[in-house]
Amino acid sequence: MKVTDLFKEGKFVVSAEVGPPKGIHIEEMIESAKKYLTKIDAINVTDNQSSVMRLGSLAVCKALKDEGFNPIFQMTCRDRNRIALESDLLSAAMFGIDNVLALTGDYTKLGDHPGAKPVFDLDSVSLLYTMGQLEQGIDLGGQPLEGEAPTFAKGAVVSPCSDSLDAQLVKMERKIKAGAQFFQTQAVFDSERYIKFAEIAKKEFDVPIQLGIIIPKNAGMCNFMNNNVAGISIPASIIDELKADKERTKAGITGTEIAARIIRECKDYCQGAHIMTLGWEDKIPSLMEQAGL
Amino acid sequence: MLITQLKAKETIDALVVGKAFILNCFGCKEVYFPEKCATELQKELSDAGKVTGILTMDYICNPENLKLHLEARKDEIAAADVVLVFSCGVGVQTVAGLLEDKKVVAACDTLRLPGFQGVTPQEFDCDQCGMCFLNGTGGICPITACSKSLVNGQCGGAKNGMCEVDPNMECGWERIQKRLTKLGRLDILKNAPVQIRDYSTDDATKECKQSE
Ligand code: SF4
Ligand code: SF4
Repeated sequence: MKVTDLFKEGKFVVSAEVGPPKGIHIEEMIESAKKYLTKIDAINVTDNQSSVMRLGSLAVCKALKDEGFNPIFQMTCRDRNRIALESDLLSAAMFGIDNVLALTGDYTKLGDHPGAKPVFDLDSVSLLYTMGQLEQGIDLGGQPLEGEAPTFAKGAVVSPCSDSLDAQLVKMERKIKAGAQFFQTQAVFDSERYIKFAEIAKKEFDVPIQLGIIIPKNAGMCNFMNNNVAGISIPASIIDELKADKERTKAGITGTEIAARIIRECKDYCQGAHIMTLGWEDKIPSLMEQAGL
Repeated sequence: MLITQLKAKETIDALVVGKAFILNCFGCKEVYFPEKCATELQKELSDAGKVTGILTMDYICNPENLKLHLEARKDEIAAADVVLVFSCGVGVQTVAGLLEDKKVVAACDTLRLPGFQGVTPQEFDCDQCGMCFLNGTGGICPITACSKSLVNGQCGGAKNGMCEVDPNMECGWERIQKRLTKLGRLDILKNAPVQIRDYSTDDATKECKQSE
């Protein structure tokens, strides 16, 4: 089911993200999804996230779909050239996987195969364009596809709290012109900053945006992200909140409260939320309840 | 060795909006330059009254030397709307670096020729991609200034303006964004068609060699 149809119905679209394991067994992952993610509209499956080699995104999307979930196939341009990307898009469409999130991808050196060749034959913008071409029944080589052309809900990402916000907005515009129909954001911790971005985005583009959410686990994690993760800025007040009562923080209660509050503060400025669980799937039901979703 | 090849005449015509100051880099031993075609094209532009001046020199990739020459011709440069550079990618970037407030455009694409690559100064770099992108980026090479050689804009990895791959390197797309903002020409980037690189430029090299 295309998430674009849900946006059209005016639904507040909630998605969560799962990372495939580095191995061939996904029983645990499926069990956890059945337990905690049933009220969710769609599940993103990451593509060798952070350049760490894992089970493939497409295979896990198919497995989730067979279990009745609605997968969003994340595709990065780091590991495949245009031939392989186009071919995987056709494979996804054949399986009925019709939500695709286009990403450029982290650089190879950041992961566990630093010596691998970084491909980047296409990037997020040209991958979105490629999907549009396939939808027209024609590939990037200019050759016609046989029979029915695939269709996709074409997604992309944007980083609203980036210190390079102007460059991010230009890129967002290029993605929309290349065919992006919905956006998921980098994790937001600073509602004010997000709202400023959302107001510009609404005025300029008016495209559905899902607010990115990470449940903060502890102060150490926040400091690490502040220093090392692009596009993340966690205000000191949140870090203080997490420091206040270590037991509540450890149990995930404080983090869930913070995440729910951010969703409530930004709810009027987004068309959905995208929750990156980082192993805390079990907090999702409580988070949704507290956020009023 | 490198080869520079003139961009299509229509492309160059579209780049010269108003009057142009022309800068030629001839005589570099490492670069094959289509001197005859370039001279013909420049004569046409001159006859149409679109040229404020022509400066022909060698090794424009040497910024110190170039600076003196540009200084001597500053009135003609001031009278021009664009500075049209006939050189390899390094040369164009050197000019754009010195004339930050001016629209500097590349009239050539730079391609690779197998063999010794020559000794170019390392402040700017050209990877001889064969389809020069400098006209869409304010004269900063996205192939060499961006770790992923992205041609459609910044990735999500820049932090504090630095590149995700090398925190000691300024993000190339951050630099492009700043340069285009300074020139008041962000529209070039916003409205550019989706760029997809052509990695088959080896063939173009052969063609170019045959045709000369
Ligand atoms: S874009 Fe860069 S690599 Fe390509 S020809 Fe121009 S200067 Fe050289
Ligand atoms: S951070 Fe900037 S220079 Fe580095 S890969 Fe991304 S866009 Fe390129």
